[in-house]
Amino acid sequence: MSTELNLTLQVWRQAAPDAPGSFVTYEAKNIPDDSSFLEMLDIVNEGLIDNDVEPIEFPHDCREGICGTCGVMINGRAHGQERATATCQLHMRKFSDGDTIAIEPWRAAAFPVIKDLIVDRSPMDKIIQAGGYITAPTGTGGDANDTLIPKEVAESAMDAAACIGCGACIAACPNSAGQLFTSAKLWHLNSLPQGQPERFTRTESMVDTMEQFFGACTNHGECAEACPKEISLDFIAYMNGDYIKAKIKNRSRSSQ
Amino acid sequence: MSLPTTTPRNSGDLPMRDKPRQLPFPLSIYQSAVGKKWVMAITGFILVGFVLAHMIGNLKLYLGLVEHNGALAYDTDLYAEALRELLVPIMPRLVVLWILRIGLLGALLLHIHSAYTLSRMSLASDFKYQGKRDFLAANFASRSMRVTGPIVALYLVFHLADLTLGFGIATGEFVRGDVYANVVYSLGRPVVAIGYIIANIAVAIHIYHGIWSAFQSLGINNPKYNYLRRLAAKAVAGIILVGNVSFPIAVLANIISL
Repeated sequence: MSTELNLTLQVWRQAAPDAPGSFVTYEAKNIPDDSSFLEMLDIVNEGLIDNDVEPIEFPHDCREGICGTCGVMINGRAHGQERATATCQLHMRKFSDGDTIAIEPWRAAAFPVIKDLIVDRSPMDKIIQAGGYITAPTGTGGDANDTLIPKEVAESAMDAAACIGCGACIAACPNSAGQLFTSAKLWHLNSLPQGQPERFTRTESMVDTMEQFFGACTNHGECAEACPKEISLDFIAYMNGDYIKAKIKNRSRSSQ
Repeated sequence: MSLPTTTPRNSGDLPMRDKPRQLPFPLSIYQSAVGKKWVMAITGFILVGFVLAHMIGNLKLYLGLVEHNGALAYDTDLYAEALRELLVPIMPRLVVLWILRIGLLGALLLHIHSAYTLSRMSLASDFKYQGKRDFLAANFASRSMRVTGPIVALYLVFHLADLTLGFGIATGEFVRGDVYANVVYSLGRPVVAIGYIIANIAVAIHIYHGIWSAFQSLGINNPKYNYLRRLAAKAVAGIILVGNVSFPIAVLANIISL
């Protein structure tokens, strides 16, 4: 038996990247508590369209917590108050009738607002382009189980690969640092045999690219709390260790 | 009603800052933020080691007068003289002490420089939330590092003027080498004693986040033992806090007196 909620929304509205933005208050009436946060915004938008108001632009795609497109600051927390939950998986039953909900886009100097709640997250693509891949010969595929990987290593790589690249870590970071995202992408490949040949060039290149866009980590730990996939801070330590090793190894390679 | 059809590409595609021209190997580490954090962590450990040793050495204040070569002398003064005479039959007097001092000063300058440049980088990269925002993991210590750091640096300047060099806020009774008497005269002034207490609380807060953070920055990580990092931070910061705050209180309470 679903009940309905009446909420007050304070939504960041910004017409264009360079236009001034501000919080605008909307009433969200008769929201079924079974709806997700994004569905709630859909309902509000239908009302806005009926009244000839431009609907709220918000980022969304798969709506099942795996694509990493959605993501807004809800009441001052990335992806809302629920742990390990992306905005699309946050349900309105977690709110109570009469609540006021403030919704703001991700904030970082490298994440300029495109419109309303949508920000440009292409710096994260730049980090992936700098080394978030392995170079494998094409042709006939190898036999299954050709490369043996210890169970623990596979689990660790899988935990890192759970990152959906939503940007919550950077949005939640008081320094707007990209460490959690970059380290998860690095450990995903650096821990596996397939990632070894390019391990240290990858590490140096991805970290250097990250530092061109984002701030410096001060180990607050906000990123891991905000992460909808519970990526661990441990990966940042692995990255820091690998980076210095990379500096040493890449140096000796260049002198050969 | 208008909807955007194309995305205007602006700063998202362009780096906020260019990659610096690579310097030769050991220097190239310091060109990156991750490398600067390494330097900050290593120099931080050196400085924490000094603060801990300094606090333990100061415990000699509680021993008061002891017999030395048939005469009574303050144990603290003997300790201070021993520091000047470190390795004396092998090295000339003061040389080892000055090597240590220069090392510490170098560590301090690197620590401050890396902190300053990384703070600049982070402040430039951050864009403040316009609404309220919640902090879940960041604690008071981690969020106040850029405040407690300068407080500690300022305190260091006053402390050196007060008890090492003997100018500025030093007392009129300052005599070079009479460490015990200088401490008693200086901390006998309640305002100065309170200043020392406040500054030492800032030191402990800075060290508490610093130690944990340094392990992380250096990549010293083993999920099995990671709980020890917080524990070590609490223990070292707690010991330094209790030890250092006890001295001004002991002087005010006449436990340490001439």
